[in-house]
Formats: sequence, C-alpha cells, structure tokens
Amino acid sequence: MADPMRIRAQVAGDKATVRVLMSHEMESGQRKDSAGKIVPAWFIQEVTATHNGKPVLTAEWGPAVSKNPFLQFVIKGAKAGDKIGVTWKDTKGDTRTDEATAS
Amino acid sequence: MKASKVFSLLALACLASTAVQAQKTAIQSIEEYRAMLQDGNPADLFEAKGEDVWKQKRGPKKASLEQCNLGKGPGVVKGVFVELPRYFADTNKVQDLESRLLTCMETLQGFNPVDIAKTDFGKGEQVIMTALATWVAAESKGMKFNLSQAHTQEKISFEVGKRLFFQRGGPHDFSCASCHGQDNTRIRLQDLPNLTKNPGDGVGFAAWPAYRVSNGQMWGMQQRLNDCYRQQRFPYPGFASEATIALAVYLGVNSQNSASIAPAIKR
Amino acid sequence: MQTRRETLKHSAIVAGLLATTGLFPQYALAAYNKTAFEAKSLAEVLKAIGAGAPVESKDVTIGGPDIAENGAVVPLTASTVLPGAKQMLILVEKNPAAMIAMFNLTDSVEANVATRAKMGQSSDVYAVVIMADGKVLFAKKEVKVTLGGCGG
Repeated sequence: MADPMRIRAQVAGDKATVRVLMSHEMESGQRKDSAGKIVPAWFIQEVTATHNGKPVLTAEWGPAVSKNPFLQFVIKGAKAGDKIGVTWKDTKGDTRTDEATAS
Repeated sequence: MKASKVFSLLALACLASTAVQAQKTAIQSIEEYRAMLQDGNPADLFEAKGEDVWKQKRGPKKASLEQCNLGKGPGVVKGVFVELPRYFADTNKVQDLESRLLTCMETLQGFNPVDIAKTDFGKGEQVIMTALATWVAAESKGMKFNLSQAHTQEKISFEVGKRLFFQRGGPHDFSCASCHGQDNTRIRLQDLPNLTKNPGDGVGFAAWPAYRVSNGQMWGMQQRLNDCYRQQRFPYPGFASEATIALAVYLGVNSQNSASIAPAIKR
Repeated sequence: MQTRRETLKHSAIVAGLLATTGLFPQYALAAYNKTAFEAKSLAEVLKAIGAGAPVESKDVTIGGPDIAENGAVVPLTASTVLPGAKQMLILVEKNPAAMIAMFNLTDSVEANVATRAKMGQSSDVYAVVIMADGKVLFAKKEVKVTLGGCGG
C-alpha cells in the first residue's frame, strides 16, 4: 500500500487552509530509463477531498503534476476538530485515503 | 554647462540603479521561488516514514530501534543530530548519524551492515536509512550545531577531514576546496558556500538531509558527500566510511553555533 | 497538525466500500477526461471539456514564480474573487499536453487552489475559471524555467 499522505488543516476564522503532500512517483510516461526504454506513465488521476464526510472538492490530474504532489485548498465554514479527508486514485487503480483533524 | 553636467550625472545614476535592479531581480526571483517551496516540503513524507520505522520491529532479531543510542542515551532522538558526528565508546570510533544508525540496525536488529553499505541509495534498506536520518534530523530542526572536540579521536577526525577537504585528485584534479574553498563562488546559478569557515545558519552542513526537487529524491549527508565525489570524478569513499565521517566532522565543527534547517528543500 | 500515526484506517475502508456499492454517488468521480489531458492548447482543452471561448480577466489570478530554478517543481496557484466559479484549470502552454490539473469546486471551498507542476521549458501558464453561467475567464503569466547548474 502506498505511503501515507501528510495533511495539515489550519483554521483561521471560519476557514481552514488544507495543505496535502502525497507520496507518489507521478511518472509522466515521457522519461527514459538508463537502458533507453520509456518508463511507463503512472500517476494520480483523481483526488477527492471531504469535510466531515461530505465531498467538497474533486480534481482530475494529468502526468505533469510534480512528483510527491502538493495540493492546497481552502474550506469554508470549517472549525477546529473538523475531519478533513483526502483520497487519491492512480492510473494503476491504486488508491489511498488519509484523514486529518483541523486545528 | 553646469545643468547638462548634473543632468548627465543623474542619467548615469539612473542607468546604474536600473542595471543593479535588473541584476537583483533575477536572484530575487530565484529566492522567491525557493521561498515558495518551503511550505509543503516533501521531506515531511520521509520524516513521517522514519518516525514510523524507528518503532517497527524489523530485521532478523525482530526488534525496534527504540533503544538505539545516537549519542545522548538509548532512545534519545531530540538534539542528537546537531552533536553528530561524535565519538562512541561502544564502537570506539567517531560516527556520523548514518553510520550510527547502521550500528544500531546491526546490533539491535541483526541486519548485515556490509550489505546495507553496498546497497545503492534509494534502494532496499537505504530507503529506510534515509527516512530514519530525515526524521532524526527533523528532531533537531532549528537547533545549533555543537559538535564535541573533546575526545582525541574527535580531534584526529577533524584534522583528517580538513586534510581530505583540500586533497586534490581524480581526472580534474578537484578537491572539495575547488568549489567550496573560497567566498563568492558559484556554478551557473548555484551559490557555492565557503565551507572552510562557518557558512552560517542553514547553509552547507546545516542543510542536509534535504529533498531535491530536481530528481524528487531525499538525500542524507552520506549521499551528498557521495555525489560531491562523483562530481569530482573521484571514487566514492564508501557509505559510512571513515573518510566521509572525517569530512563530516570538519564541516560540522566549522558550523559550530549555526542553526540546522534539516530536513531542507533544494533545487 | 495531524499526528503522524493517526490515519484513521477504518475510514479508508468505509469510503472504499461505499464507493463500490454505487449507492453513494458522491464517492464516485466523473469519468476521467482523457482527451482534455491530451489537448495541446488552451483552445483544444476547452473544446474537450465543452466550454466556450475564453476571455482574459483581471478577476482571475495565476500565481507562480517569475523564474523557476527547476522545471520539475513549479508552484502554481489559481484563484478568482468572483462568486460562482465551478471549475478551475491550470495549464502550461508549452508542455506536451497543456493541462496540468482540473479542479471541480463546490460551494464549500474557495475558488483558490495551489499545486506544483512540471514545466518542460519556459512558458506561459494559465489559470482558467469556468463560471456557473458558462463564462470562461483566464489569466496568464510567463514563468521562466532554468535548470540551475551542477551544485547542491
């Protein structure tokens, strides 16, 4: 199973800024290995974020998102103690979900 | 006559300041780029893994590293990074962080240190090693380097490291000093810190382990030194070798009282 | 800050199970738009997602460095102060495929996202906002990419 994400959700007023670091190669499919062969594409295609279980943001990504992707977004109407969930799914069908508590 | 002289002087002054400003802008832009990356350092991922692995029962002895003595007693991780390398009585030698982790992986967990030392960076147990080094370094983030030079072996290590720093060799006749032996040196856009003296907070020795965005890899000090030798087109002294430890002592002692920013993020 | 060990594993399993039942559409994502991610220009991307003609707007902001020391990781932000934004796209014009990412917003998030992109060379980068009424607004800026040399 893929390594866990690092999720930080910082509350200021009634908003929470969520910063996520995902552990993923994000292989673009353009790179060649030392033998000259193309390294096959392998990247996160779908990302979903939830706030206390309710989906608040979805994203589709291409292979040009950087390796070990970073994502930042802002949830409205959030307070400390709220649960922020992030799920990603990649081109191999692998998936990972992690949660954090807003503080 | 007077008026035109003043005018031309003003014009020159304006041109000069625009030229200075244009120059500043490029360097300033790169600094802005670096600042933008500080928040959200993928090194966090390795740090988390390192903390996890420290507690896991692993190896032939199925033991964790929680009794590992990194210099301040078994299991003490906070503050050890800024005191390494140092002399260890149980092995009777000066050791840096990675060689000491290797000792613990051997004695506590039963791993074969020769195998791990031979493993390429980024593969097998070296991935674990890097994650551990990243976490241990993070537990001293912001603290000031304070290496001991009290023990005779520590003093000898410093002198050996200094000698190695200036030793020229390889097809280019490079030494560490070729790039890092003087002020105001750079390769293209990379500033090269002068490591013969204290380069200040968060520079040189104080900036590794670091996540390198150019290849998306996490590098510990051992890999950093390895790559310096590769750039000099000189054979690598070996993972956790006396030579790399001696160099680390030289660099670490020179960084006395400077703050560590490890794990950092770099180009 | 999340305690590193406290990933709630059971919530991952629950979410996964709910998604597979097909009874909870909020857990199922819309089909991945492959064509949009193969499009080579802003115009082609917009055609692939069925959006109209783009108009440059001061109310949309594309944030990023003027110079990126390394094209592998370029921090980019897309935002708008206008209410009613439905989707936000980030594009790098000179990349082999122009679109980096597409974000579908709900009313629960601000129209303000940031990520990091790979850029093959210096290029204009775009933040495109698709509004609820179908209007397509964008902002662009140039990001120069330099490899930065051999040092640490």
